[in-house]
Amino acid sequence: MRSGPAVEFRGVTFSVEHAPRPIVADLDFAIARGETLVIVGESGCGKTTTLKLINRLLLPTRGTVLVEGRATTAWDPVRLRRSIGYVIQEAGLFPHFTVEENIALVPRLDAWPEERIRHRVREMLQLVGLDSERFAARFPHELSGGQRQRVGVARALAADPPLLLLDEPFGALDPLTRAELQREFAALCRRLHKTVVFVTHDLREALLLASRIALMRDGRMQLLATPREFLRTTDEYARAYLATLRVEGFDEDRMAPSCAE
Amino acid sequence: MERLQFFAQNWPLLLRLTSEHLVLVVISTAIAALIGIPLGILLVRHPRWKDLALGIAGVLQTVPSLALFGLLIPLPLIGGIGARTATVALILYALLPIIRNTITGIEGVDRHVREAAIAMGMTPRQLLWQVELPLAMGVIMAGVRVAAVIGVGVATIAAAIGAGGLGTLIFRGLRANDDRLILAGAVPAAMMALAVDWALGRLESRLRARRPSRTFDLRAVGLAGSAALVLLLAIFSAWRFATAPTAGLTKPRLVVGSKDFTEQVILGEIIAQMLEARGVEVERRFELGGNLCHNALIAGQIDLYPEYTGTAYTAILGHPPLTDVRAVYEHVQREYLEKFDVIVGPPLGFRNDFAILVRGADARRLRLRTISDIAPYAPSWRAGFGQDFISRSDGYAGFVRAYNLRFAAPPREMDLALTYRALAAGEVDVIAGNSTDGLIAALDLVQLEDDRRYFPPYEAVMLVRRETATRIPEAREVLERLAGSISTAEMRQMNYEVDGERRSPAEVARAWRARKGF
Repeated sequence: MRSGPAVEFRGVTFSVEHAPRPIVADLDFAIARGETLVIVGESGCGKTTTLKLINRLLLPTRGTVLVEGRATTAWDPVRLRRSIGYVIQEAGLFPHFTVEENIALVPRLDAWPEERIRHRVREMLQLVGLDSERFAARFPHELSGGQRQRVGVARALAADPPLLLLDEPFGALDPLTRAELQREFAALCRRLHKTVVFVTHDLREALLLASRIALMRDGRMQLLATPREFLRTTDEYARAYLATLRVEGFDEDRMAPSCAE
Repeated sequence: MERLQFFAQNWPLLLRLTSEHLVLVVISTAIAALIGIPLGILLVRHPRWKDLALGIAGVLQTVPSLALFGLLIPLPLIGGIGARTATVALILYALLPIIRNTITGIEGVDRHVREAAIAMGMTPRQLLWQVELPLAMGVIMAGVRVAAVIGVGVATIAAAIGAGGLGTLIFRGLRANDDRLILAGAVPAAMMALAVDWALGRLESRLRARRPSRTFDLRAVGLAGSAALVLLLAIFSAWRFATAPTAGLTKPRLVVGSKDFTEQVILGEIIAQMLEARGVEVERRFELGGNLCHNALIAGQIDLYPEYTGTAYTAILGHPPLTDVRAVYEHVQREYLEKFDVIVGPPLGFRNDFAILVRGADARRLRLRTISDIAPYAPSWRAGFGQDFISRSDGYAGFVRAYNLRFAAPPREMDLALTYRALAAGEVDVIAGNSTDGLIAALDLVQLEDDRRYFPPYEAVMLVRRETATRIPEAREVLERLAGSISTAEMRQMNYEVDGERRSPAEVARAWRARKGF
């Protein structure tokens, strides 16, 4: 395995024409191999943009994003993306594909042998806690929201990518299902040793999953810290953010010994 | 009962026209889909051209069908008369709904799904074939369905340029004042529209249903579709070839045209039969609407057709009307040879002038004899005229000025054949018909005398391309033989035999030849 960070931002700014300020500005940080970095912040702070800069859905206006030590501009975009798992809210499953076909997507694009694909799909369904007999042939609209999200995770993991990007994957779920999936995902992270970049606006979720939390504000990095440091921060904006948790009575002991630790 | 009998007697014709119609629609819609869907995809990828392309397609669709057919005739390769031109026109009409729905369908694919597909590492091609097209297929199919249904309708007009199809019966029925013929064309056309709509609707809902991707491989469907189309085209052209007169390539070949009214068809039949009797192979391109005959003659699509000197002089050469019969003929003869390299044959013997017609009952009651006689009644009368009469320089405008007529309302502008029906039914009180029309006697109409000599002479003549006359001497011979051979009374009689007694033009022409010993 190569050494060095899995992902690195070097002076990255992304702006669009006619916007008053850059969407993200002067990002400078590295994500270590096997780490779970959770990006939090208010709507419009640049979380999703940061994520999309990693798998080259967007290219930086200034600066460089490096994946596996190589600038995203130097990667073949298709190769780069196939080596990165991607999960979005509402899963983004293909409505005309069955569960089996959705999960098999990247292996099939990479032309794996059919036998190995079938095996992998069963394995993935088991991994995310779905019975392959019952679910493989179903279409996304025949699943519940939580089941769809599990399929989304299974699809992202199918080709065994070293890096996983998740954009508010559990955002649209009811609280009980969400808590369940968060728990299972945290366990999954520990088992698989993936590098994970996870976007959410739910700080509780961040504290549960993260090895480090990145708080963004107006396109800039406000604070980058481990969950424990985050809870004791003196940064005023971060404290205001934390205050919302206190109201809900967050139990500090439940905080995860997260993936990388 | 009578209707059933009619269908029973004519079902082979009906079957042939229906299949012609269907083939026309299927081929043109399929080609339009093969052009329109890729074009739509291209426009989604290059949105800069989208408005322009949709604008052009939209404008094409607003061009009236007969006008579009007319515009296509002089064009090389795609033009001319017959099924090919009709197919081109139908394709142009079908493009808009297909392109538009392709764009709408692809743009309508859920943003998240598209983003996920790209983020999974799909190439643009994979995105298109595996995600965008399958998800847009239902909407695209709806566009094809709309195009096909429009096509069934427009294809009826295609009969005007000799493309066949069910419109042939409708046009014939309108001309001959025969409801059975109109219905025999219109009812199957309507049923075909419903059937096409239903069948493609079924296909559409199947495609809209979410189906496993592998059992529905779009690429295979596209390939199979294209292959089927090529096969269909091949069978169709083979069929056309097989049914075309093939009595030998050594025979000289000549295409006889005619305009779209009974007299023209009879004249076309007469000359066609006379040529055939002399061993010339003849192709009939009858019932061409508007000025299509002239355009087709100039373009070399037909070799010969019957024309009237007055029409040639004013409508085609653009001169102001002239009443001197001899002068008009000589002018036309000279100018046609110079301008168009077309020979004007000797006069056939009769004239088909504009005839101002009223109901016989009115004429007797009000003692009407000349056009001047109607001036006092005009303010309470309604007039109905064919498009031709309204627009030409020796038509309506000069007519009302010459006779100082004021009608209750502006004249109803309608199809010439319909004016006879409208007059007989009392919808209008005066029309401008043709003096040789068989319906004049059949419907008890009276022609009023042109006492102020307003209308220019319309002597019937045959026009033939000079090149054809040189190549096929028989054409010249027949033209000479026909000089002065048909009197106005004979022409009116033949027209009546077709329009009133419902005999076929070919049969009437044969009987006349037998009487004359031609």
